[in-house]
Amino acid sequence: MFDLANLNLRLCLLCDQEITHKVSWKNVLMQEPEMLICVECFGKLDPISGELCQICSRVLSAEFRRDTLCLDCHRWEQDPKWQGFLTENRSLFHYNDFIKESIATFKYRGDYAIAEAFSSFIKDALPKLAFDSIAIIPLSSERLLERGFNQAEALVVTAGETCIQPLTRIHSEKQSKKSRRDRINLPQVFQITDPELVAGKKILLLDDIYTTGSTLRHAAKALKLAGATEIRSLTLAR
Amino acid sequence: MISPHVITPYSSKLQHHLSGRFLLAAEIPFSLELLTEHIESGYVATKVGVIRQNDKYRCSRCSNRNQQLFYTFPCNICQKNCTYCRSCIMMGRVSECAELYSWTGPELIFPMPPKGMAWDGTLSDGQKTASDRVVAAVEQNEEVLVWAVCGAGKTEVLFKGIETAISSSKRVCICTPRTDVVLELAPRLKRAFPNVKVAALYGGSEDRHVAAPLTVSTTHQLYRFANAFDTIIIDEVDAFPYSMDTSLQQAVQKAKKQTSATIYLTATPSRKMQQEYRKGTLQAVTIPARYHRKPIPVPMMKWSGNWQKQFQKKQIPPQIQSWVRNRIERNIPILLFFPSIQVMKESLPLFQEIEPGLLAVYSEDPERKEKVTQLRNGEVPGLLTTTILERGVTIHKLDVAVIGAEHQVFAESALVQIAGRVGRSADHPTGTITFFHYGKSEEMVKAVLHIENMNREASKRGLLDV
Repeated sequence: MFDLANLNLRLCLLCDQEITHKVSWKNVLMQEPEMLICVECFGKLDPISGELCQICSRVLSAEFRRDTLCLDCHRWEQDPKWQGFLTENRSLFHYNDFIKESIATFKYRGDYAIAEAFSSFIKDALPKLAFDSIAIIPLSSERLLERGFNQAEALVVTAGETCIQPLTRIHSEKQSKKSRRDRINLPQVFQITDPELVAGKKILLLDDIYTTGSTLRHAAKALKLAGATEIRSLTLAR
Repeated sequence: MISPHVITPYSSKLQHHLSGRFLLAAEIPFSLELLTEHIESGYVATKVGVIRQNDKYRCSRCSNRNQQLFYTFPCNICQKNCTYCRSCIMMGRVSECAELYSWTGPELIFPMPPKGMAWDGTLSDGQKTASDRVVAAVEQNEEVLVWAVCGAGKTEVLFKGIETAISSSKRVCICTPRTDVVLELAPRLKRAFPNVKVAALYGGSEDRHVAAPLTVSTTHQLYRFANAFDTIIIDEVDAFPYSMDTSLQQAVQKAKKQTSATIYLTATPSRKMQQEYRKGTLQAVTIPARYHRKPIPVPMMKWSGNWQKQFQKKQIPPQIQSWVRNRIERNIPILLFFPSIQVMKESLPLFQEIEPGLLAVYSEDPERKEKVTQLRNGEVPGLLTTTILERGVTIHKLDVAVIGAEHQVFAESALVQIAGRVGRSADHPTGTITFFHYGKSEEMVKAVLHIENMNREASKRGLLDV
């Protein structure tokens, strides 16, 4: 989307500084894809790795786990109302100050280009997850008009994929203003617009952040009750 | 008979909100109906946020023309591919489908305050000369550079000029590159002008909707103004980001009225400004002496060998080592400036072997402020730092050393500013500043000359006690 015809140096999509390439034989021969972010910004991202919860991909710690699950997921799975809806969540980066700020600029300032900054990471993650269609968590119509785009859709589109929008929001109150208990105890948050979009399919839900997992689990439940076979999710950060 | 009823043809609340401003709809807490009415009757004008001309984009708010800082996305507001400016995105998105609103109705006049100024301090002779020149510039709508050494007391130099402006209903703005300075300056101005409304503007400030005769602002916030100020004072005019960023310079031009006064403040004017001053195209007044009438400590240059190699070998060059030990023994707080974060971080453990209490600060250090406060309060014996502490830091008693002073990051202006940290208080007007180097640079020599020249001029003008 950038007009790069006459430019040799492109700017990092996260910090606006010039990306200086180290020219090596490998670069020249391998035709490496052009970097979208600089080495410094890349270094500030903290990829999630280690022994992870089998459902939500939280890093497991000794005191906060039950076998292969973290305590949160264990609790969700103990609850018959929530059991088995979300098969697996994959989150790419720890929610550190750097990515927090990037996501805030992306969502609240409306800087769509940030989606492209992360597009290569989303592209890399998709083949590792089994799905037929990608679905996005919807915004309320007011928020969509205010922001001008849906951040999850931007992440899908800049990664070169298409998505379906089988869900709408019943409530529009801001999630971030609610406590964890409020979120979990909410009645249904999402409604299915078109069951045919999801029936018999494996759905991958995409969103920017995994916080308590309640948004994704609400969406997963709605999708599964509408006939989807398996629900996975992918978020940029958690 | 129907009694005559006076109705202003416009909303005075909207007039207050929008006068001199250049705002997005989201920044205007009035209904769209009210705005539309005012546009139709000519009281409010709109301008397209991002303009496309000959296939090039330009941002109407921040004047950005760097095509790499525009981005096109599928917009749900206009239902088209829409281009926005990334250069000023932190202030909210300006795009092709967004409009910027400004007031074109009757001018907002601030009533004259009963008694302007409460400040009754005295000015040094050097300050007095500069203060008079500032007053003249305000009255005559001129441009003037106040070239004041570090520690000259430049804020006091502005008071009389501000009073002059306000008492003739002129709107004043002081802008500075840093939020810290806005936060420090606003209460001082409120104390000096208790009857005047002072608006403090920075990213996230609560005053952002306040229309005031006296505004203190970060340079970036000027993007939200157009044709607003009769007097604009630009603090640290040579400092980043103003000097690097032509769009900020254009923002200053846009924010002031066509007929207005511009006052530039700095201890280290750029070469370009110095040349304009010498050619006589830029009026200037100098304050070559500090308010406490003692000369500025002149840097000493000390060869310290290949410091880089020695640090790599986990050794502190012996000259630097003995300098540090000497200050620690005598309980003198120190600042050690390094050319890069990397060298600083790598050598921190070596310095901590001399004194475990030494800490390092750098630009993205979340505890930067706390560490400086600790140094000021004597809770920390010294700090290792990059050039981020070159300006604005005042520590009562201090010795300073620059390590690798020949490095390109240490331009003349940086070295003069760093030297300007020493001997600022009247209780401790002396102190030492040492440039450790591996071969003198031209910039180092210029910095020493700069300080010597200022001291000479100060002595000639009788501004020093000897």
